[in-house]
Amino acid sequence: MAHAAGPAQFSGLQESSRTILDHYQQQVRTRRIYTVVSIVVFLIVLGASLDFANEANSGKFFERLPYFFDFLKSFVPNSPLEIFRAMFDLPSPYADGSIKFDYTSDRVWITDSFYIPNFFYQLAITINIAIVSTILGATGAFLLCFFASTNLVGAGLTRWVVRRIMEILRAFPEIVVAGLLAAILSIGPIAAIIAVSIHTIGALGKLFFEVVENADMKPDEGLRASGASWLERVRFAILPQVLPNFVSYTLLRTEINVRASTIIGAVGGGGIGEVFSLSIGRDHAAKTYAIIILLLVTVICVDQFSAWLRRRLIGKQSFEFGRGAA
Amino acid sequence: MSNLAVNAADRERLLAAYPEVFHRSLMQRWGLAIAAVAVFVYLAFCFSFFNVIPTFANGNWDRAAIYLQDWYSWRAQPRLRFQNGQVVPQWTSRRQYPDGAAIDWLKPTSNGGYTVIFGSDDRLDVTPSQVDVYIDGKLYPVAIRGDRAVLPAGAPARMVQDDNKVNVRFGFAGQAEIRNNQVYVQRRFLGWANFFFDTQSPFWGRSVTSVAGLMLFGERLDPAQSNPSLALDNFLNNGSWQHGDILSKLMQTLVMAFVGTLFATLIAFPLAFVAARNITTSRPVNWGMKRFFDFLRSIDMLIWALFFTRAFGPGPLPGIAAIFFTDTGALGKVYSEALENVDDKQREGVKSVGAAPVIVQRYGVVPQVLPIFISQSLYFWESNTRSATAIGAVGAGGIGLKLLESMKTNADWDKVAYMVLLILLVVFVFDNLSNALRSRVMGKKGS
Repeated sequence: MAHAAGPAQFSGLQESSRTILDHYQQQVRTRRIYTVVSIVVFLIVLGASLDFANEANSGKFFERLPYFFDFLKSFVPNSPLEIFRAMFDLPSPYADGSIKFDYTSDRVWITDSFYIPNFFYQLAITINIAIVSTILGATGAFLLCFFASTNLVGAGLTRWVVRRIMEILRAFPEIVVAGLLAAILSIGPIAAIIAVSIHTIGALGKLFFEVVENADMKPDEGLRASGASWLERVRFAILPQVLPNFVSYTLLRTEINVRASTIIGAVGGGGIGEVFSLSIGRDHAAKTYAIIILLLVTVICVDQFSAWLRRRLIGKQSFEFGRGAA
Repeated sequence: MSNLAVNAADRERLLAAYPEVFHRSLMQRWGLAIAAVAVFVYLAFCFSFFNVIPTFANGNWDRAAIYLQDWYSWRAQPRLRFQNGQVVPQWTSRRQYPDGAAIDWLKPTSNGGYTVIFGSDDRLDVTPSQVDVYIDGKLYPVAIRGDRAVLPAGAPARMVQDDNKVNVRFGFAGQAEIRNNQVYVQRRFLGWANFFFDTQSPFWGRSVTSVAGLMLFGERLDPAQSNPSLALDNFLNNGSWQHGDILSKLMQTLVMAFVGTLFATLIAFPLAFVAARNITTSRPVNWGMKRFFDFLRSIDMLIWALFFTRAFGPGPLPGIAAIFFTDTGALGKVYSEALENVDDKQREGVKSVGAAPVIVQRYGVVPQVLPIFISQSLYFWESNTRSATAIGAVGAGGIGLKLLESMKTNADWDKVAYMVLLILLVVFVFDNLSNALRSRVMGKKGS
């Protein structure tokens, strides 16, 4: 270890080596000073941030910490079975007329004798929101991405405009679009679908055009040489190369959109998110746990299914961590 | 394309040589079409399931126009009440004018009424017994009867009788609702009113140069503080725009993302070593740690945020905690995968000189993975700046909550626009910052 060595060990060095050693040790010292200074600055920023967060919060951290488990205690359901009664809308023995234990009233009747438990119905809505908006978003991104890639579009202006459009769509907070639409169309899934689709166009569009830019241009040259039009070049030279990646990214996006539509539900977009934020706000322990279990199972299932599908469609290459454009 | 001339023997040979091209399975030939039809059928089903047509038909589309106009313009909304044979203006929204201000589009008349000017040819002359509506210079007198306002005969389409009131639209300039006891006026102007200083401030209504002059050379308006500090104070405490509050909420959002990601990084770093199969040799421990990461990750940030909001109350703390929990799971997974991909030669080298296990990790592993770790953390930081807005909206504090509150009141869409612009700006700045840092850490290819 060079760092640990004292000058005594190097007393036999020649003048030129000596200079190099001195210079090296000088650099090590400078580096250490920089490290210490940056750590100190970092700690100050962190301390200030924590203090600010604590001051800005409505409950102070150390004041609330002892009561943290009180709150968890209020979320213990009367019995474990109660969670499943809440999940499947079965009558509860604890029913006292309040909405807290009145699970059966939420049943969604399909026919006179057949019903879907409410939470499953809400979950279906949320998942359908995610799927529909992924389809719409991926279609939009697919149509746009070819106009944003350097290798297919000569005009810099088109490219610039399309890229900026994607950036804006991506950066625009989903909840704002959802909120604006909810004010117009009244609260419900359609606002969520449009908001998530808009975001998806921007996020997928970026990933798509990057894939297109990395495509091998030899097939394109071949087609160009035989006089193919721009549309034919895209269809026969680029599309076969990029389609597997497009599918992979779209599946990854589906997973992200399931979460996104849950969040939008919690701010008024319908679906399970809305029921969830209501039940947690009203201290309905059994209902809350039922929803959490359902959400967990759903997210795991969607992840596994999409991983399986991706592996089947394109093999192992699709398994980079797909959080990039979240 | 022209037909290729192929003789029978060649045809046979080609068919035999490339069966995979000429005899493709049903799925290979029609898969795309089948998928397209399935998607179309599914979308059609959802179209009816989500009641798309009724929802759009019942939408308040004129509201949409108003809200979008609010993004770049502002409304002054006086109510002209009829009291004791006089017209008394009453301001409801955000005190856009100070008491007794001379307003050039709202002037008292000699007979106790008011004139509201919407354009050179459009105006209202309001008196308690009659409201004279001028559209394109033509007069349409609206009579005020005991319990209703009455539309005159021959009124244009821009004037509508709605139950017992008369609505008049003047296009962008505004609209008026004439009732038996008041005229509710909306007058719209381009730009954001009182953006810098509210009507209580001594700087209100001055031009840029005049404000700058006052700040640099003017006498102290408030003996207690200098003019620039007074101006800053007035700006931050602007009653209608609440700049100070919004900026502090924005700061909360940034702090949530920063501290949450930082803590997640600090905790995920050592845990990833435990989860990596090539570093910790005990399989059950690896497995347990990886499932722990999965657990943290699979419970959504939203659920963590709601839980912690219940525990700590709304504010940045639940946001920090939610980001911290989910990202520890996500970063732990990414880190341990990076660790499992390290080159073993360097560890062997350090081991061969007899170094202790901790030193082996420090000099044999960390230099290889540190750039990846930092790059991933920066990535998460960047994406969390965006997520922090979303979880803020479910109650975790920050600008998300403020945004949602403003949207729920349905009156402050200019403030919503302002906050959205701020968020976009911050996201843009942080994207670039994180990209710049990342490419410094990783070299050019890191982005």
